[in-house]
Amino acid sequence: MTEQEKLYARDVYGQTLVELGKEDPNIVVLDADLSGSTRTALFAREFPDRFFNFGVAEQNMMAAAAGLASCGKIVFASTFAMFATARPLDQIRNSICYNRLNVKIVATHGGITVGEDGASHQALEDVAFLRSIPHIRIIVPADAHEARDTIRTVYKTPGPFYIRLGRSKIPTLSQRKEFVVGKGYMLSEGGDLAVIACGIMVNEAVLARGILKEKGIDIAVANIHTIKPLDEELVLALAKRYKKLIVCEEHQSRGGLYSSVCEFLSGVYPVKVASVAVNDRFGQSGSPQELMEKYELSAKAIAHKAEELLRD
Amino acid sequence: MENKIKTLKKKSNRVRELIIEMLSIAGSGHPGGSLSSTEIITCLFCEIMNHDPKNTQWPDRDRFHLSKGHCCPALYATLALCGYFPLDNLKTLRKFGSLLQGHPDRRACGVELASGSLGQGLSVALGMALAGKLDKKEYRVYCLMGDGEIQEGNIWEAAMAAAHYHLDNLCGIIDYNGFQIDGRVEEVMNLEPLVNKWESFGWHVVECDGHDVEALLCAFNQAKEVKRKPTMIIANTVKGKGVSFMEHVVDFHGRSPTAREKEIALKELYDISQSID
Repeated sequence: MTEQEKLYARDVYGQTLVELGKEDPNIVVLDADLSGSTRTALFAREFPDRFFNFGVAEQNMMAAAAGLASCGKIVFASTFAMFATARPLDQIRNSICYNRLNVKIVATHGGITVGEDGASHQALEDVAFLRSIPHIRIIVPADAHEARDTIRTVYKTPGPFYIRLGRSKIPTLSQRKEFVVGKGYMLSEGGDLAVIACGIMVNEAVLARGILKEKGIDIAVANIHTIKPLDEELVLALAKRYKKLIVCEEHQSRGGLYSSVCEFLSGVYPVKVASVAVNDRFGQSGSPQELMEKYELSAKAIAHKAEELLRD
Repeated sequence: MENKIKTLKKKSNRVRELIIEMLSIAGSGHPGGSLSSTEIITCLFCEIMNHDPKNTQWPDRDRFHLSKGHCCPALYATLALCGYFPLDNLKTLRKFGSLLQGHPDRRACGVELASGSLGQGLSVALGMALAGKLDKKEYRVYCLMGDGEIQEGNIWEAAMAAAHYHLDNLCGIIDYNGFQIDGRVEEVMNLEPLVNKWESFGWHVVECDGHDVEALLCAFNQAKEVKRKPTMIIANTVKGKGVSFMEHVVDFHGRSPTAREKEIALKELYDISQSID
């Protein structure tokens, strides 16, 4: 078996910004002193006139993004997921979303796999912070290629978006489908239950499928990259077909994809839904792999949860 | 010149009458800061700014952003007088289904962007100013803030950035009426020395009487000449200006006049209008 390709989604983000910057002079990019890490520095090097560093001042960056967008600019605003959401939440709600402006918040360093920096930097609530705000759409790409498709798609789609990328390299999925906002897709069908995942958890789900197969358990895996708006059609079809679902995300189990799926299904087709996510805890320092194990986010944890759910 | 000043004074007084009338009908809202910011807004829309009520999305228009969104009655009245929408619409302020929301919504004709959550407006205006520079446009951006509002940390982030990016097309105005909801600004959270603060952040600062139309015009025109620096006009004002029993009274920050108070206020404003000659 050939080694699975692993890429930094944020590298691809920076490269895609440069490509888009060449195509469209209307694109501006903002950062808050983390341009090296978010890779917006690639854009800054190519287009210094259209890059604005706001320093360590995220509230100013987000409200200024609103002002720029109101004058016709397509604005990409980046920093770490922790600082792109919690601190400037009011600015995102009242200046960007209420005015329905064309601002794409692309945050990197989402989730526990931030690793060694520890809990203060591991955004595990970012999707929950934003999900209740009207007009914003939220996407958590599953690999670097999907990240590229996401960036290119949201660039062409008016209105506010939140795109969450990670810090670490992520494995490339073996399959790709055309990226459509709000449309998930099946990576594999199965017989016993369905796993719905986003971000790096999609690959973990695929690995879990392999583990379970050896035990004679056959799970379906769906990539739901768009948390908001939720692909209700696909979720409902999975609920009807499999009756048991597991939702996996590198996020608190409260307020993210699991909540979104449960909120929807409880009203139309209640089935048993289990969560593989961080369970109301803060993270800690460690390697991404250690943390994935500790916080029960790995393929092993998904497989374990599946067996538990099938025993019920 | 004489005529222009007289016209602006009259317009300001008319705006005050409209503020009192619409707040009285609405039954809630913020008279104090609306009345203190009247001349500032009137001078901008009736004299200083390039704008076209018939072409609200004209790309070259000067922008006005009301960061102190609660004082929208003054803005709405001015917009109506400029022809952005019929005067009659003012009666719908704060009513269900009205475009004239309790705090500005961009669906109201002439409102650039929503505001209301304090402290964000200067950043929003800064974004507009950056866009103007990028597009090599001549337009200017004006942002009106309250004095209490600038206690927000976001304001000082914007203060730093506007100077850093040499945004000489950005002009802030602080309606320095000295009161916020909980009382006197100096007691709730002192802002002084205010001129020094803005100067030390790299702004050109002009202090003036915010009810003196000539002084305001002079300040706005001076700001246009300043290069490579944003300008902050610190407009010394009186909260509740023009209505004797509202002046310097903190209670009228966020309370609309009763029917009887409205009658007295309108009578006083009528008397003022007669004295402008």
